[in-house]
Amino acid sequence: MHASLPDVDPLIARMADAIAPTLTPETVIVGIHTGGVWVAERLHALLQCPLPLGMLDISFYRDDFSRIGLHPQVKPSNLPFELEGRDILLVDDVLHSGRTVRAAMNELFDYGRPASIRLAVLVDRGGHELPIRPDFTGLTLDVPAHQNVNLSRLDDGHLTLSLA
Amino acid sequence: MNLQLTEDGRLRHLLTLDGLPRAILTQILDTAESFMDVGEREVKKVPLLRGKSIFNLFFEPSTRTRTTFEIAAKRLSADVVNLNIATSSQTKGEAILDTVDNLAAMHADMFIVRHAQSGAAHFIARHVAPHISVVNAGDGRHAHPTQGLLDMFTIRRFKGEFHNLTVAIVGDVLHSRVARSQIHALTTLGVPEVRVIGPKTLLPTGVEQMGVKVFHDMEAGLAGCDVVIMLRLQNERMKGALLPSAQEYFKFFGLTPEKLALAKPDAIVMHPGPMNRGVEIASEVADGPQSVILPQVTYGIAVRMAVMAMLAGTGNA
Amino acid sequence: MKIHIKNGRVIDPMNARDEVADIFVAAGKIVGNGHAPGDFHANRTIDATGLIVCPGFVDLSVRLREPGFEYRATLESEMLAAAAGGITSLACPPDTDPPLDEPGLVEMLKFRAKNLPGPRVYPIGAMTQKLEGKMLTEMAELTEAGCRAFTQADAPMTDNQVLLRAMEYAATFGFSLWLRPQDVSLSRGGVAHDGPVATRLGLPGIPALAETVALATILQLARETGARIHIARLSTRDGIAMVRAAKAQGLAVSCDVATPHVHLSENDLVSFDSHLHLVPPLRGLRDRDAIREALRDGSIDALCSDHTPVDEDAKQVPFGESEPGASGVELLLPLTLKWAREMGVPLLKAIDLITWKPAQILGVPGGNLSVGSCADLCVFDETIEWVVTQKTLASQGDNTPFLNHPMQGRVRYTLIDGHIDFEAPH
Repeated sequence: MHASLPDVDPLIARMADAIAPTLTPETVIVGIHTGGVWVAERLHALLQCPLPLGMLDISFYRDDFSRIGLHPQVKPSNLPFELEGRDILLVDDVLHSGRTVRAAMNELFDYGRPASIRLAVLVDRGGHELPIRPDFTGLTLDVPAHQNVNLSRLDDGHLTLSLA
Repeated sequence: MNLQLTEDGRLRHLLTLDGLPRAILTQILDTAESFMDVGEREVKKVPLLRGKSIFNLFFEPSTRTRTTFEIAAKRLSADVVNLNIATSSQTKGEAILDTVDNLAAMHADMFIVRHAQSGAAHFIARHVAPHISVVNAGDGRHAHPTQGLLDMFTIRRFKGEFHNLTVAIVGDVLHSRVARSQIHALTTLGVPEVRVIGPKTLLPTGVEQMGVKVFHDMEAGLAGCDVVIMLRLQNERMKGALLPSAQEYFKFFGLTPEKLALAKPDAIVMHPGPMNRGVEIASEVADGPQSVILPQVTYGIAVRMAVMAMLAGTGNA
Repeated sequence: MKIHIKNGRVIDPMNARDEVADIFVAAGKIVGNGHAPGDFHANRTIDATGLIVCPGFVDLSVRLREPGFEYRATLESEMLAAAAGGITSLACPPDTDPPLDEPGLVEMLKFRAKNLPGPRVYPIGAMTQKLEGKMLTEMAELTEAGCRAFTQADAPMTDNQVLLRAMEYAATFGFSLWLRPQDVSLSRGGVAHDGPVATRLGLPGIPALAETVALATILQLARETGARIHIARLSTRDGIAMVRAAKAQGLAVSCDVATPHVHLSENDLVSFDSHLHLVPPLRGLRDRDAIREALRDGSIDALCSDHTPVDEDAKQVPFGESEPGASGVELLLPLTLKWAREMGVPLLKAIDLITWKPAQILGVPGGNLSVGSCADLCVFDETIEWVVTQKTLASQGDNTPFLNHPMQGRVRYTLIDGHIDFEAPH
């Protein structure tokens, strides 16, 4: 059935505490659409990042394009800063196989050559298929393959996690 | 059964805008929107069509259209091969289908076809294997769907919605595949009034049945228009006894600032190109503030990228 | 060979007969209707119970493609196909290579055809030399060689003075001219009917005017010269009205239409299928409906197949580049029956259009089942359903717009000159 998962806000707050010491004024935060952007917006606010928030839509970089085709709602990627030599904090909501993060990194490299990329995820649910591991994690779970962890945003902006 | 669509309604070929559901047209425009940014980046490429082979089969020569398709394909990371059939095996009398079969054997995934005969793209699409898609880059007088789409993209960019526009298409509709595609797109997208303006000799029989209002008086036809699309007039029309001279044509059907003033003050002027300045359009208008002719060209790449991405992603492989 | 056709429903339009009866054939003639003549012992009995027995069909236009176009079809193949279609007499146009403009060529064709199983072949001679529309052919010599009439086939007739002279010359001898009304300049460059469908598909159009303007010229010249004219392949509503009016004025004019035009229209062109590329083109629905009605009221005298085998290479190209024409000898019967069914026309009247009427236009014996008449008969099953495919067609031309269409009605036996030249496999 639907297990109840912890509240999101405290998780993000703890992540911010862990991330803060590692940031420089030049670090940029980039969220992966859609859930990753929601988490990145929170972190961006909590960490009082001076630079604008970046957003990535990885639809054009997925490795399963031939099978499933083009998603009808492609949001534009928006990276309002120079990427050359940047430290990037890449943010996603749920880390599963790692393919989304790989696609995001491919896309970032098409924009320029960053100095470093570190990964922050709200939930690491296990089931990694690639050698990708997060640097900052809000919650680690061991979710069976047939189940999914989803981040939703309510009308009032509140974020919640659910297991289905 | 619509040759262009799969059983579950996705795009398999793009041959004509006639009979394509509004949802598909809108999807193409939306997808093109997302490809616009790719052209702004330094690395103007996405890996979507990596490993795919796209063959430009131009039985009728064209540098502009072919180049746009080539750029679009390369921005999707596809491999592109250009075939100007006029200079190769075709002139030795090789049948179109043999040419197509030979290329398919070289692992083609998509054919972009331009041909002087109406129905040529349909003809090829009926013949190719299920995993190959055909894009019509212009067949005779019949259709030029990507041009029609980029014209709709342009209108949407500058005017927002379609449901309250009056659009006029001026000129040689009889011979124009662009005009036919535009008319289908405009009516499908819900433009309430589509007008065609021209002398009787240049408007085809029964064109009203395509859902347009016919005007032979340009001043009456332009009154209150939001969009004015000018079509190119070719020299051959004088030879075919369709018109006496370019001068007389320009006087009565050419777009001058005075005539444009009869349309709405914020009306936009479009032209699929190449323009014949002083024949169908005055330079003052072509270069003027209401002209969106240059942006039209840039939108062509994004629209073609959208079409190719949608076709390649229909899981045919 | 003595043949007894038993218990069939005999439909003989010329004699206004539609009744179940027996027919007796001997020595190439019909020797008995209903009762056997004395001392008749059949070598072969055909049980025609549930079948229809009628005169063999007379098709006013069947291209046999010889001489010159053997890669498209041969005399053998097309005559067998015609026999399979129930045809016992056919008129073939002169647009062969070389065209039939000399008695020697006509004699050779007739000789070849005579020695092959299949229908009686009546060549229609070229009206002008090489069909070029400039100099007259030796119409009298050609008639002696066996031509029943003269025509330009689909070759353009650009010079009205030559047309006038041809009519005057033909009128001198009482020869018949078969003319296709298509104005050359008005149809220039066109491949489809000039209407909303061609507009939508971007196909260059042939306006109805191309037919009516030419028809007006033909009828006016015919009026002046008194020549006997047969209008070959009408396609327009207005054209039919003109011929109807001319007949009402007492002009010696007859006309025919081809079977595809009875059923199809420009609306069928949507997929650019070159099998629908025909001359004259498939016109609008109103034209098609006018044709269907005119066949019923007698304004159109006969139905023909306009059989034109075209090799697949010439059809497997974009529409505008394809060669026009449709194969059709084997569909003459089912398409006539289909029209009759849909219009509620009795069989007696429908079969008249492909038997007695065309026989009169062609001026040949046959087309009826009177005692003493030549034994040219067709026995067919009007209920049987089949599908038109490459396999089910005997003609070398598979180019028909009715490919994969279901048909109802098929020939079982065709007798020509008292011989069973075709028998359907069971």
